[in-house]
Amino acid sequence: MKRTDRRQASIGLLRDYMAGRIDRRQLLKSAAAAGVLLPVLSIMRGASPAFAQDASPAAGGEAGSTIVVPADLRTDLAGATIAWMGTSSQDADLPFNEAAIAKFTEATGINVNLINGESETNLRLQAMRQQFAAQSSDIDVYQIDIIWPGVVAEHAVPLQDQLGAATDAMFPGIVEANTVDGDLIGIPWYTDAGLLFYRTDLLEKYGVEAPTTWSELEAAAQTIMEGEQAENPDFTGYVWQGKAYEGLTCNGLEWLVSQGGGTIIDVDRNVTVNNETAIAAMDRAATWVNGISPEGVTTYTEPETFNVWTAGNAAFARNWPYMYSASQESEATAGKVGVSPLPKGDGAEDTSAATLGGWQMFVSKYSENQEAAIEFVRFMTSPEYQTSYAIERAHLPTIPAVYDDPAVAAASEFIPQLKPVFEAAVGRPSAQTGDLYPEISTVFYQQLNQVLSGSKSAADAAASMESDMNAIFEDE
Amino acid sequence: MVHHAMRTTDQRSQVGDCPTWLLKHCGVAMSQNVPAGAVVSTPDGQTIKVSDRPQTSWAKSRERLGWLMVLPSLVIVALVALYPLVESFRLSFTNARLASAREVENIGLRNYEYLWNSDTFRIAFGNTVKFTVFSVGIELVLGMVIALIINSQFKARGLVRTAILIPWAIPTVVSSRLWAYMLNDNYGVINDVLVNQLPRMFSWIPLVGDNIAGIFPDEKIAFLARPAFALPSAIAVDVWKTTPFMALLLLAGLQIIPSDVYEAAVVDGASKWKQFWQITLPLLRPAILVALIFRTLDAFRVFDVIYVMFGSKVETLTLSIFTQNALVDGDRLGRASAASVIIFLCIGVFVLIYTRLVKVEEV
Repeated sequence: MKRTDRRQASIGLLRDYMAGRIDRRQLLKSAAAAGVLLPVLSIMRGASPAFAQDASPAAGGEAGSTIVVPADLRTDLAGATIAWMGTSSQDADLPFNEAAIAKFTEATGINVNLINGESETNLRLQAMRQQFAAQSSDIDVYQIDIIWPGVVAEHAVPLQDQLGAATDAMFPGIVEANTVDGDLIGIPWYTDAGLLFYRTDLLEKYGVEAPTTWSELEAAAQTIMEGEQAENPDFTGYVWQGKAYEGLTCNGLEWLVSQGGGTIIDVDRNVTVNNETAIAAMDRAATWVNGISPEGVTTYTEPETFNVWTAGNAAFARNWPYMYSASQESEATAGKVGVSPLPKGDGAEDTSAATLGGWQMFVSKYSENQEAAIEFVRFMTSPEYQTSYAIERAHLPTIPAVYDDPAVAAASEFIPQLKPVFEAAVGRPSAQTGDLYPEISTVFYQQLNQVLSGSKSAADAAASMESDMNAIFEDE
Repeated sequence: MVHHAMRTTDQRSQVGDCPTWLLKHCGVAMSQNVPAGAVVSTPDGQTIKVSDRPQTSWAKSRERLGWLMVLPSLVIVALVALYPLVESFRLSFTNARLASAREVENIGLRNYEYLWNSDTFRIAFGNTVKFTVFSVGIELVLGMVIALIINSQFKARGLVRTAILIPWAIPTVVSSRLWAYMLNDNYGVINDVLVNQLPRMFSWIPLVGDNIAGIFPDEKIAFLARPAFALPSAIAVDVWKTTPFMALLLLAGLQIIPSDVYEAAVVDGASKWKQFWQITLPLLRPAILVALIFRTLDAFRVFDVIYVMFGSKVETLTLSIFTQNALVDGDRLGRASAASVIIFLCIGVFVLIYTRLVKVEEV
């Protein structure tokens, strides 16, 4: 069988599987029979974390096979050695990135030591801070969360001169979030954003369109919920993340921005959250609680959202893209999941907004091999690398053009649908607040959570947010 | 150790070259003070003149040895208790941060001013007081009942006593997670029992069954989400977990009350109820006070039960969670220290009140 035939066969099988026409056992059986077990496993590992455990170690041999090294990498730095605190040892992405490093070294002669980072975000930041406090040159390249550029900016090599041109092809919102005082702190590596998930079977059953505004969502959720509750009293319209934690800041920012309520704090560090539109947006969300959303939604994080959704107990959900492939693992939702940008307000000028997540590449100013480190970052954030990362690992590219690549669409058909989401993605106000961001976010989600649970009016909460946030800036 | 050393240095009167503590080894009765210069006799007929010379070098070196032996303890106490305390006080007057290159400045009372003006801190303070009063109060009453029950004679008493300690033995994080799961509005077992199981059970009873079933809620209750239920839920979990500990402390007090007091009361014709109020309770008072001190201090610093169930939710925020937020999320070491100092001072007040009560008891 030719390589292209094998590819067609595996994609066909995966389509059947994704659509729920065959189950996982049948998929593996047929794949083995057609001699395409390895490519299928390799793609599935990307699409689903649960599948990764089933994959045999032999499948790792395929990892990184689609990586193409960009032609414009410098070769005059051969012999240099750099260290990247990157992919954690438990991460299923590890074989892919090891393969990527090998190809990079082969092309440039620059050696890269992969130091496994912590898998938990907070611990990773702690480890970075320790390295920075010691001004250590041991690590040259780090990966940073989208809300960290302001926190770690003082330890960065500004990258706009060498890599600024490359970021012109990336989503402006993501590049913006990486810019602190005009300096480009991190280069977007892969991304994440809030999405609306809906049950295609239920929309069809009740004859409703996928909603584009919050009003449409409210109406559709109400209709479906009332219908379904006759048989399933636990059924609810819309689930999201309402617990007092960082995830609520992400949800709340989407409500505000999509209805013209501003971004909590503007680019000049003025607290803008205490405005009528923002207050109305918060009030609106509060009406969902115990309405189209369960009363307990004010205690939900991503796993609770995921549990209710995959149990088939919700018509709509707000979550990160990972839930798409994970939904295919559950009987109640497999093959019945649609994704779209989150709804917007009713105003003519309102646009959909999705809070940005995702990771960036960062060069430490304590590095003694900054040139080589920058070259490595150039490779890791290149369109070539991102295309492979999307195909093999289903990570979302930071470059719009990659979404249009037919190979990406063939491997994960939902990825191209997400392009408009990132075009409208909005960053949390982390760049302008710098290392004060965690505190600002705590004020926001604690006050907003009180509005949602009915302890406080939105107007009072917005006033408290404003005075507390101003106090934080004054006490800097 | 400290105690011994102090005694050696206090008793300075000498026999010959010997300190007083050695007299007893010569057989001299130690019931009265031996003045310096006196002559005492030993049982075997010898006389020893108690020296009026100043302390000898031997005694001095002994005293020094005493201090030397105590020194490690003093150093450890200073390191683990005194230093952090003093350091917290010092930091509470600065704008120190946990992990930042910003310059540390003395800002006087600004941190305290901030806390004074902060609504969130005020709510946290109120929640902590409510939590402490209700959880300790309920635990005291329930603990007393349990202690009285397992203090009476019945078969398998040892087994019951062990079984009752199980909630106390489960790590708090584990039990809080379990309770959060059980109290969940969507898939929690408590809601299922309240809304589905119990009404179904009672509806089988003829005539009145439906009326009883009607008492139970029609809709599942979001115990963790609804503000009116959140703090009470946390208190309930704490009561479940800590009542056994309270019962154990009270049981220890019950067991040292001599039984002849009760026998006398029975002879005098006192009812069980009267026996409890006139004998058990007054005699148990020292044990109750110790239990209250332990539990109040613990409850006032509560963190794990609530943080695991509710995170940083304001309706259940306590002083310890406020402090953790300030330190870990806010990176504000100075402000967190100020909050810790306030917790410390509050606990100090509690201890003062309790020790005063114990003293009154002793007089």
